Amino acid sequence: MTRISVTVDGVEYSDEVENRTLLVQYLREQVGKTGTVIGCDTTNCGACTVHLDGRSVKSCTMLAVQADGHEVTTIEGLAQDGVLHPMQAAFHDSHALQCGFCTPGMIMSSIDLLNDNPKPTETEVREGLEGNLCRCTGYQNIVKAVKQVADGLPSAGASVSTGASS
Amino acid sequence: MTAVDERAAEAAGPEIGKARRRKEDQRLITGRTRFTDNLSVAGMLHLGMVRSPVAHARITAVDTGAAKAAPGVVAVLTGADLADKQGSLPCAWPITADQKAPNHPAVAVDHVSFAGEIVAVVVARTAREARDAMELVDVDYEGLPVVLDLETAVAGAPYAHPELGTNVSATWVYDSAQAGTGTDVDDEIAKARVDGVVIERTFRQQRLIPAFMEPRSILVDPTGEQLTVWSATPVPHFVRIFLALVLGIPESKIRVIAPDVGGGFGGKLQFTPEEVLTVLAAQHTGKPCKYTETRSESLVSGHHGRDQLQRLTLAATKDGTVTGLKVDLLADMGAYLGLVTSGIPVLGAFMFNSIYKFAGYRFTDTNVFTNKTWTDAYRGAGRPEATFGIERMMDELAAELGRDPLKLREQNWIKHEEFPFSTVSGMTYDSGNYEAATARAKELFGYDELRAEQMQRRESGDPVQLGLGVSTFTEMCGLAPSRVLGALNYVGGGWEHASIRVLPTGKVEVVTGTSSHGQGHETAWSQIVADRLGVAFEDVEVLHGDTAISPRGLDTYGSRSLVVGGMAVVKAADKVIEKARTIAAHLLEANADDLEFAGGRFTVKGTDKGMALGETAFAAFQGHNLPDGFEPSIDADATFDPVNFSFPHGTHLAAMEVDTETGAVTLRKYVCVDDIGNVVNPLIVEGQVHGGLAQGIAQALFEEAVYDENGTLVSGSFVDYLVPSAADLPSFITDRTVSVSTTNDLGVKGVGEAGTIASTPAIVNGVIDAIRHLGVQDVVMPCTPLKVWRAIQAASSVTSKGGAA
Repeated sequence: MTRISVTVDGVEYSDEVENRTLLVQYLREQVGKTGTVIGCDTTNCGACTVHLDGRSVKSCTMLAVQADGHEVTTIEGLAQDGVLHPMQAAFHDSHALQCGFCTPGMIMSSIDLLNDNPKPTETEVREGLEGNLCRCTGYQNIVKAVKQVADGLPSAGASVSTGASS
Repeated sequence: MTAVDERAAEAAGPEIGKARRRKEDQRLITGRTRFTDNLSVAGMLHLGMVRSPVAHARITAVDTGAAKAAPGVVAVLTGADLADKQGSLPCAWPITADQKAPNHPAVAVDHVSFAGEIVAVVVARTAREARDAMELVDVDYEGLPVVLDLETAVAGAPYAHPELGTNVSATWVYDSAQAGTGTDVDDEIAKARVDGVVIERTFRQQRLIPAFMEPRSILVDPTGEQLTVWSATPVPHFVRIFLALVLGIPESKIRVIAPDVGGGFGGKLQFTPEEVLTVLAAQHTGKPCKYTETRSESLVSGHHGRDQLQRLTLAATKDGTVTGLKVDLLADMGAYLGLVTSGIPVLGAFMFNSIYKFAGYRFTDTNVFTNKTWTDAYRGAGRPEATFGIERMMDELAAELGRDPLKLREQNWIKHEEFPFSTVSGMTYDSGNYEAATARAKELFGYDELRAEQMQRRESGDPVQLGLGVSTFTEMCGLAPSRVLGALNYVGGGWEHASIRVLPTGKVEVVTGTSSHGQGHETAWSQIVADRLGVAFEDVEVLHGDTAISPRGLDTYGSRSLVVGGMAVVKAADKVIEKARTIAAHLLEANADDLEFAGGRFTVKGTDKGMALGETAFAAFQGHNLPDGFEPSIDADATFDPVNFSFPHGTHLAAMEVDTETGAVTLRKYVCVDDIGNVVNPLIVEGQVHGGLAQGIAQALFEEAVYDENGTLVSGSFVDYLVPSAADLPSFITDRTVSVSTTNDLGVKGVGEAGTIASTPAIVNGVIDAIRHLGVQDVVMPCTPLKVWRAIQAASSVTSKGGAA
């Protein structure tokens, strides 16, 4: 067991973890961040994508101990003060999700994609999301949502409740 | 349209037809999800399933001693422990009276017949401890010969189940001459051999894996008076009934909940060994138990789809009029019959003739066992296979006659003025307009321009050749009229149920027997009810997916939810209005016949007197002043059983570029115009089409479940099983024509499977069209660069040999 200190969605945690614990297991089982989900066991699907110090990582592909001293943002920490992140709002507005299982990872990857390339072409969006699989949408509306944010278009969905009381 | 315009559009006019943003989204985009694996119950134990690494063997010994002694392990259960309790997993669709099927245990007792079959269950305090201990379960296998190939399996030994003495499960025939729906197909073929055209082809529908994104998960809590089962299932009502029937638990003692479910595509339309074993483990330990599969487990043990060998014979006159179609299928069941395994190919019997006016038709399906994962429903379920077969054949006929494939199809399809039309396979198509959908698709595609470019590339010898792929499909949706299911020997019905409760405060609860797992029922049903009852979209709450909340239902599959379930909601709403009318008439001191209902209000004709629906609900709640003998409620239940299927159709066109030097295939442009009748929510419809297209295109180009010669699934992870990413697909151009369905009051037809059914033949026809001039007649799916390159090489070597001779 190793003690780690990790900030997750703005709250600092200090926990004992088994060395083999994956970051996604730590987030789900010890921190209770079940919004981040597990879709595969080979780092192909990207459903578990979170941000580590602001950059997207597949949380099934790093150990919890590697996150020691770092800051993790999950899908649950994106909305601020009851207001959705523009990417969340755009996914709602563009109908970029159906079952919603890939959505947490897809949103986290999309945000990082725009960090790297704020004005991507459609091809660049598609290639930038290659590491995130979706089985429902055929990706068309996901690409549309990312483009919508990149182009600074307003979203009808910004008023959706985040479920937080604040 | 900008987002602001869209918001304005959401505000005005009838709800049906509006691109409402989904109610479901808020929890899904913020991570407040209730997928089964997210749930925990105090004291919960975790299961690990030990699976057979071999495809066919006798189990000679199972040593669980080391596993039982491992840290955290509470119990290890084997087939021997559970043999008397587990029963046999059901096949709900025995297609013939003499269908052969092996016993189907949840955990193997003494015989395994596919790699991935469960041989022991480890119960431990944590999932990791269960997984560690799985490695310590020692199973001795005595290998048996495996049978994997369909034609070998039909020929005789070895047998997937030696005790059956055959690999043939059943043979099912539809013959139009016998059924009185057409002529004798053999006569048509004989005539065509004399003075017409006969096209004979063998096509392979490869094995696919549904690959829903959420791995399956089950949580069972045995501590209450009712056994509570949470399962990532689209069919909670099925699961409840079959747990009762298979395990002998009183149905009233079982509650099944399908919380958020992450996709299914038919792949979760099942009653699974894992569900049975999690219940048995919970009963054994008296503690809540959870099992969540890994992706690798999901790919090897969740049921697969497709997997047919199709031998097709098409007869036509020399002018291109089709006269007969003979279909001989070998369908791979895999090792067992699941819930509807045996019936999947039979669904194709009614679809091979498609939109064309064949005089004679015979469909023969032979279901075959092999030592592979069992097959069952996968998006389209029998109809994609049939549509692929007929649409490939129509292209082959067009090529044989040197005709344009769309013109040849038009010569043979049912004209819009001929509906309703009784087909050679005994279906009655209610409505459609193939001319309109095709004209619109050609226009959006730029068909004539692309044909010109194709000719130009041909003539210039461009190494990258262009092919135009055509698919003019129909499908049968809205499963299903119960009487038809009965005639087909399916054990269940096809109705759907709904309840509507108008709460004292005027808010409305809709309980539906359908079970959404991504389809957006909460949004679409709210739109239907808002219009029908004249209440606000926001004031409708849709409840589903829990047998304690929604006790009656037949769940979601087969593009049935709107066509059947939505209609039940409409019927329930109409009953609510009639009950409320009685109260309103009483309170307004008017004759019920003099009341008009519109916009959520009853008004007395010719006066300004009236009252809102919500006010009648409050009056019922109070019960102070109701007509004598009137039950104090305006709530209503309704069950809808459709009288017919619905038949969406469409024209799909694909422009395929094939690099003749490398075999690389590029989908340059994809246009589809679907006719699904009336549309409740165009946003949801578009989404269903996009996702359906992706899965159908993936069958054509990318996906295949591959087994090695020992029966090991070698495409057993997402590294090897190629679910397409965003980078593998283009944006699709979609549009609709509307031929209102006449079989239901909403005029709707169903859309969940259309894209998948139509797109696979469009893509393959496009690939072949690009390289047919090189002598290529077929490429076996998936059309990978290697297969395409080999097909070109094989054809050119034949051509050059032919030239030398």
